[in-house]
Amino acid sequence: MRVNVTVNGEQRQADDVWEGESLLFVLRERLGLPGSKNACEQGECGSCTVYLDDVPVCACLVAAGQAQDREVRTVEGLASGDQLDPVQEAFVEAGAVQCGFCTPGLVVQAHDLLDRVPNPSDPEIREALAGNLCRCTGYEKILDAVRLAASRR
Amino acid sequence: MDFLRPETLAEALELKAQRPDAVPIAGGTDVMVEMNYDHRRPSALLDLTRIAELQQWTEGLRVGAGVPYVRIIDELGAQLPGLAMASRTVGSPQIRNRGTVGGNLGAASPAGDTHPVLLASGAVIEVASVRGTRMIPATEFYLGVKRNALEADELITAVHLTPAAGPQQFSKVGTRNAMVIAVCSFAISLFPAENRVGAAVGSAAPTPRRAPEAEAFLAAELDFANPKPLLDSVKREFGELVSRAASPIDDVRGSAEYRKHALAVMARRTLGWAWQELLDGDKACA
Repeated sequence: MRVNVTVNGEQRQADDVWEGESLLFVLRERLGLPGSKNACEQGECGSCTVYLDDVPVCACLVAAGQAQDREVRTVEGLASGDQLDPVQEAFVEAGAVQCGFCTPGLVVQAHDLLDRVPNPSDPEIREALAGNLCRCTGYEKILDAVRLAASRR
Repeated sequence: MDFLRPETLAEALELKAQRPDAVPIAGGTDVMVEMNYDHRRPSALLDLTRIAELQQWTEGLRVGAGVPYVRIIDELGAQLPGLAMASRTVGSPQIRNRGTVGGNLGAASPAGDTHPVLLASGAVIEVASVRGTRMIPATEFYLGVKRNALEADELITAVHLTPAAGPQQFSKVGTRNAMVIAVCSFAISLFPAENRVGAAVGSAAPTPRRAPEAEAFLAAELDFANPKPLLDSVKREFGELVSRAASPIDDVRGSAEYRKHALAVMARRTLGWAWQELLDGDKACA
């Protein structure tokens, strides 16, 4: 089937989409947006987190057809040109990136948190990021990054 | 495979009647896992996320099957505290943004987080087909492991619940606070005006189930008209009766023995919290 979806403000079209395919597969394999990562494929790890109509979701759990005529914003859509989003900058500066695999999901999820709660408490940050796994054991730096981004917004 | 995308409930019911094998999909938090892992290859997916009727709740309360957990927490926490507590323990923020009570009911997993609350608070499940609408009490909805009372042409359309008439509590055991499938869970609802107690266990039997003996014992023991601090012996006996209502198995998440123990502990504690709320409320009135 064909799927029409707005991705990072651009109208995109994917053809020959299998009906049981995930939005994540469409983004990565059909639309050339590999920023959202594919790891657990069961909503456990959060590395595929994207905005779907402004709500963060696991792209692996959205059927491609459910994204028809919807708006998706991926990690690639957070920066404006060469100017990184403050959350992205904070992740770089705080050393919150080790292997980098979990980073896109964490960045999108943290971005949403700071949009909703400009000055989150530590428990609020932990709760917001509870569905994003980092296996380099880098959570402390990730918390630092979110605090840093919050202080700058 | 076909991807069916109805815009209205009427259209969805027509499609489900024509294609009873079509698998309904809302938040996708169960169905897509099965798709991604090749565990399920239905002939069609029936997308319910475009149907506005399913995404609404109205006073009374009628909660549309497609209302995600995050909205139950944000919008219904005061009226349905037990359901909101259980909703907060579901998965992660991303999962709660998508997952729905309708989906919980559709999957009918014995470990589904909202089931004990629905049982303890006397929820009624509204299901519909082209043949009409049926109202199924939660107590009659769960038939077996991942089996519910739905006919092949029916869709879950809403859950009917009365706003909490008294304290409600929910408790769940797992290895961490997020992303946990319940090892076991427990919900209690107090109905002071009716001298009634609702209590139900999750993930501790082939289906979520009520604990009628525990309910009757507690209703007889509690003095709702003149609430006084509870005796430990009452809490303990309640816990034992709840534990006895369960018939858990040993599995990867925990042993039957542990589940029995944990249920007794959760029942005792949640009763303590709920009763304390009543005592505090009483003081506030006086």
